[in-house]
Amino acid sequence: MSSPEQRDEVEMLSLMLLIRRFEERASQQYQAQKIGGFCHLYIGQEAVVVGAIAAIRPEDYLITAYRDHAHALARGTSADACMAELFGKVTGCSRGLGGSMHYFDKARHMYGGHAIVGAHVPLGVGMAFASKYRGEDRVTLCFFGDGAINQGSFHEALNLAALYKLPIIFICENNLFAMGTSVERSTSLQQIVHRAEGYDIPGHVVDGMNFRDVRDQLTEIVNSIRANPHPAFVEIRTYRYRGHSMSDPASYRTKDQLEKYRMDDPITRLRAQLTREGKLTNEQFDAMDKGAKETALASVKFAEESEEPPLEDLYAYTYVSEATVPTAAGAQA
Amino acid sequence: MREITYRLALNEALAEELERDPNVFLMGEEVAQYNGAYKVSQGLLDRFGPQRIIDTPISENGFAGMGVGAAMVGLRPIIEFMTFSFSLVAFDQVVNNAPNMLTMSGGQFNIPITFRGPNGPAHQLGATHSHATECLYANFPGLKICTPATPRDAKGLLKTAVRDDNPVLVLESELLYSSKGPVEPIEQELLIPLGQAELKREGRDVTIICYAQTVPLALAAAEALEEEEISAEVLDLRSIKPLDLPAILTSVAKTHRVVVVEQDRPYCGIGAEICFRIQNDIFDELDAPIARVSQEDVPMPYNERLEQAVLPSAEKLIAAVKKICYA
Repeated sequence: MSSPEQRDEVEMLSLMLLIRRFEERASQQYQAQKIGGFCHLYIGQEAVVVGAIAAIRPEDYLITAYRDHAHALARGTSADACMAELFGKVTGCSRGLGGSMHYFDKARHMYGGHAIVGAHVPLGVGMAFASKYRGEDRVTLCFFGDGAINQGSFHEALNLAALYKLPIIFICENNLFAMGTSVERSTSLQQIVHRAEGYDIPGHVVDGMNFRDVRDQLTEIVNSIRANPHPAFVEIRTYRYRGHSMSDPASYRTKDQLEKYRMDDPITRLRAQLTREGKLTNEQFDAMDKGAKETALASVKFAEESEEPPLEDLYAYTYVSEATVPTAAGAQA
Repeated sequence: MREITYRLALNEALAEELERDPNVFLMGEEVAQYNGAYKVSQGLLDRFGPQRIIDTPISENGFAGMGVGAAMVGLRPIIEFMTFSFSLVAFDQVVNNAPNMLTMSGGQFNIPITFRGPNGPAHQLGATHSHATECLYANFPGLKICTPATPRDAKGLLKTAVRDDNPVLVLESELLYSSKGPVEPIEQELLIPLGQAELKREGRDVTIICYAQTVPLALAAAEALEEEEISAEVLDLRSIKPLDLPAILTSVAKTHRVVVVEQDRPYCGIGAEICFRIQNDIFDELDAPIARVSQEDVPMPYNERLEQAVLPSAEKLIAAVKKICYA
């Protein structure tokens, strides 16, 4: 593949920093009980979605599961709109009606934010079907966790995508645990990527702690799909530093395992690569990190000061306007 | 007016909407090469091609979910379930993804999808294949549900459903596919609004509220009752959701007696909701308790005699009418 601009890599590092600082703030606000419901943090996995974003166009489709804050931020949804959603405010990316697990941003082609494990994988296939139906060369990125691969909907979706040769990349963010159940305790195959073989879909393994590996491998796959629509499966090996959700102390795994992954932190790694290559100074990095922290802090202020959705809106989004539905008068032939 | 079958009426509705809007496509098991398990999609593959008439593997959850995803990005899928008993395999897609998306996304994503296929008991299909699902789906805000009983309603409601910007379930009936009835000439656009009941027969003494498969038996009962000098009004709901409450109240205020005859089971069935609405809004208009005729509350037996004992019938309906008319 062609070598990307240096500026782009620095920008991507900056995005990873924003995601991490945003999530740290979200964690703090959750503990302060400003955020309700569930809250699943992405800290440790930043290189996955940012690497993927670096490989696609703005108009490509993206859909994911409930650990979705980073995916919206990576697509360009503002930290303000993301934090306001956690606070349940009307300025949130889903008007405060979706919450942490249901982020949507239509303008930026972020199609959610889906909280029933595996249930959105067929939706991703439907989006890819629509691109092929219209003869577009868009690619759909469909993210899910290692917990989703044992759901029936996942298997049906892979078969359908292969059968219809749809332009979709199934991205399994393998962070080794489905909530508290490890892959070895949940999945008959230990190499998740082998699941793709059963559907005659090409499979790839990617190092999810390495931004460049994610970006480069996905770029190659995306190019191949644009040239000739087909599904692909990517197992991205990653790790979440935090528990499954805020209420999970993650006692099912060892400190040693966590430390091992922390030593391989995706932000530290990309920073070191760029610094070594003379593309980033310590001062630049510190300024970016400071900026990310400020943006995250400002988003808390924005969320706090935003309005709640009006009570009058309670029924406003159950059905879309009747305007397009034929009226009684118009229908009586 | 010409008379056509319920099956052909649905076929015409599909063809006309496919012709009108290139974003409309039909997907489901056996819809293309086999021409439909019940031949509703007969000839559509030849006319519209494999891009728009799409056979699927037996993966209800998968292809129902594909429909929802395609609808999120602007297509208008028609998803056929070979029977709504099989839609239960896709329940999560129908009740969780399709109707929740608009709210969850703060109004950004409506899902203009039509789920259609036969619903309700047919004939000796046993417990797994005989479900009347309307009461299940009616409990989920965001869905619309219609239950055509005649060829004309089948055509007009299906066309409206395809044009609606919300998820709509068109609950057809296997037992009605071959029934015939008058339908406007093909050149004439036929759209019937959702949420509008129709008086299928006028009467003075009692209102029989019915829908789908219970409409023909309500009409048969009304005819028999006429001979006993009980004049029954037959109100076909046509849509379960939205419910045409004004039409119900108008008829009840006229006859002061009501029997609801439903094709689902009694516990939390459609009739329970209608009874509540009537007594809540016009209690003083009632001259007798509201009666209900429904299935028995048991899994459907295969044996024909027992199956008939489970189902609502004209005889059971006549008995219920007589009881509340003190006849």
